[in-house]
Amino acid sequence: MLVNQFLLLGAVLFCIGVYGVLARRNGVLVLMSIELILNAVNINLVALGSVQGPEAAVAGQVFALFVVTIAAAEVGVGLAIVLLIYRNRSTVDLDEVDLMKG
Amino acid sequence: MIAQNIAFAILALVATLAALRVVTTRNVVHAALYLVVVLASVGALYVLLAAEFVAAVQILIYIGAIVVLFLFGIMLTRATIGVESDLDNDQRWIAAITGLFLLGVLTFVLVESFGDDQLPGLAGVSREELTAQRGTGAVGDAIFSTYLVPFEVISVLLLAALVGAIVLARRD
Repeated sequence: MLVNQFLLLGAVLFCIGVYGVLARRNGVLVLMSIELILNAVNINLVALGSVQGPEAAVAGQVFALFVVTIAAAEVGVGLAIVLLIYRNRSTVDLDEVDLMKG
Repeated sequence: MIAQNIAFAILALVATLAALRVVTTRNVVHAALYLVVVLASVGALYVLLAAEFVAAVQILIYIGAIVVLFLFGIMLTRATIGVESDLDNDQRWIAAITGLFLLGVLTFVLVESFGDDQLPGLAGVSREELTAQRGTGAVGDAIFSTYLVPFEVISVLLLAALVGAIVLARRD
């Protein structure tokens, strides 16, 4: 197998995630797109680790595990914030959350 | 090798199509369910890369915990269960152009720098050797020796995120 197979799949998932973050209105859907991005990164970490031999493979796996943990923390806090926005403004439409717009 | 390539092709196709549906579907609950398909295929790809512990964690934490959290989020924000027409904003075309441009740049850079580099074949390595080198035991050893400090830091981070989420979400 080529390394590039995995890296290009990671790139595709990353770009789909970027599109989702930019194009979606619903806060929960934006968080889902961020998960796609984090998954793309994880594929890259594991694939690039296994290129370099056993020690780097383990390092890549450990880093991927750390990224999964960070993702869990991010989703927890992110959903709490989305929930708070919903409670205060009764919408999760990110276009309507424009208090910081001049 | 051929079997691995076929497996990769199927998984990559499923992951890409499901990911496209996550960002284009008009039903919020369907988006969460398509996300399950993406995460499961990525988990299977980890098995292809001989990273079985990461695959297990992917299934347990992502599909088991994070997607359930997303479904709770959808439920609590009372999103319409069913087709919703205005899930995308007006920047959709700019977003598509940005994504495609980024994909072009990344593809160019990756092809340019990695070209035809092969993943080292694991065919000659015995199963015992493989497990000892990069199996679950080796990952556990690495976490609790080389990466002990980051591991502890990440535990504290997770605790802080948990407390933060409760503080943010509770009603006073």
